[in-house]
Amino acid sequence: MGFSFDKIKDLQIDILKEVGNIGAGHAATALSTMIQKQIDMNVPNVKLIPFSEIEDFLGGEDKVVVGIFLRVEGDIPGNMFFVMTVDSAKQLLKRMMGDAVSSDPEFSEIEFSALHEVGNILAGSYLSSLADFTNLKLYPTVPSMAIDMVGAIISFGLLQVSQISDVAILINTTFLEGEHFIEGHFFLIPDPEAFDRLFSALGVPL
Amino acid sequence: MMNVVKVRMADLNTIGAPARIRTTGLGSCVGIVLFDVKQKVGGMAHIMLPSSEIAKDNQFLNRAKYADTAVPLLFEKMLSIGASKENIVAKLAGGSQMFQFNTSNDMLRIGPRNVEASKLALSNIGIPLIAEDTGGNIGRTIELDTQTGILHIKTANLGVKEI
Repeated sequence: MGFSFDKIKDLQIDILKEVGNIGAGHAATALSTMIQKQIDMNVPNVKLIPFSEIEDFLGGEDKVVVGIFLRVEGDIPGNMFFVMTVDSAKQLLKRMMGDAVSSDPEFSEIEFSALHEVGNILAGSYLSSLADFTNLKLYPTVPSMAIDMVGAIISFGLLQVSQISDVAILINTTFLEGEHFIEGHFFLIPDPEAFDRLFSALGVPL
Repeated sequence: MMNVVKVRMADLNTIGAPARIRTTGLGSCVGIVLFDVKQKVGGMAHIMLPSSEIAKDNQFLNRAKYADTAVPLLFEKMLSIGASKENIVAKLAGGSQMFQFNTSNDMLRIGPRNVEASKLALSNIGIPLIAEDTGGNIGRTIELDTQTGILHIKTANLGVKEI
């Protein structure tokens, strides 16, 4: 019997919210330390989303974002994104690098590489806390970054899921810097085969 | 305002002049466009994967999701709204590699595979490919004007072009 999203009930959705909470909580702490500011987090939003609604869910159309992507292999294979608007990314860089950051919407090589590193640290702390919490093994790839349309970026994370269905579960956690100048989103999109192992490890098998 | 029909991810649709048809945020996905140059009828598919053989559940196959099944389905729909085979031409856009990796994972180079599969599916039914804007590492939003047959392509970093 293959995996089907029908098997996932409210209890499992709550568990996925907790996954998002713990992962993004650790990442927010890492970010808070990095920029010496308080970071607030929203309650994770976990939804079964049809592909036809994904773009609207992400803020629509061809909005341009900074996206950092890691492919995760191991016990919970899946795709991990850290996404920020271009404005948020610039604000974050200013907090880290001060006046060296240019105001134009382009990113210099050093800014690009700083964002890459931030993504690496944040996604790394998200995933390592998830590994600790579940006692499962996760092997993330080196992150890769793109500044482009949100749909073009996130659709790349749907390829594994798209082989079995036209819906995906996105574990979406948003965090905001104290004055809300910086907003970032984590998206974890587990592969279909990840759910059985994840829920079993957490004591709520499907 | 001009009527614009939107094609979602893993979906397809057809429309007659003077309407426009568009799909947004093509990354590794490919936008397959068919156009009847005489009847001014256009169709667009937003495919995600090259081949329906990849599908792990064939029971409810979404034919619009795969290049090999979307092309014949879109072609049938074109004929059903009055297009003629000899007047239909094709254009392709998308198929990027959004992220760069050192990996043997074939799924990560899905963009080029989507383009190849789309071309193969078109040649299987004998539809000429007259223009394409594919590959690279950029996202694209495309819109077909059924009055002119021009495909408008918008990118985040490289401006706008027409094919």
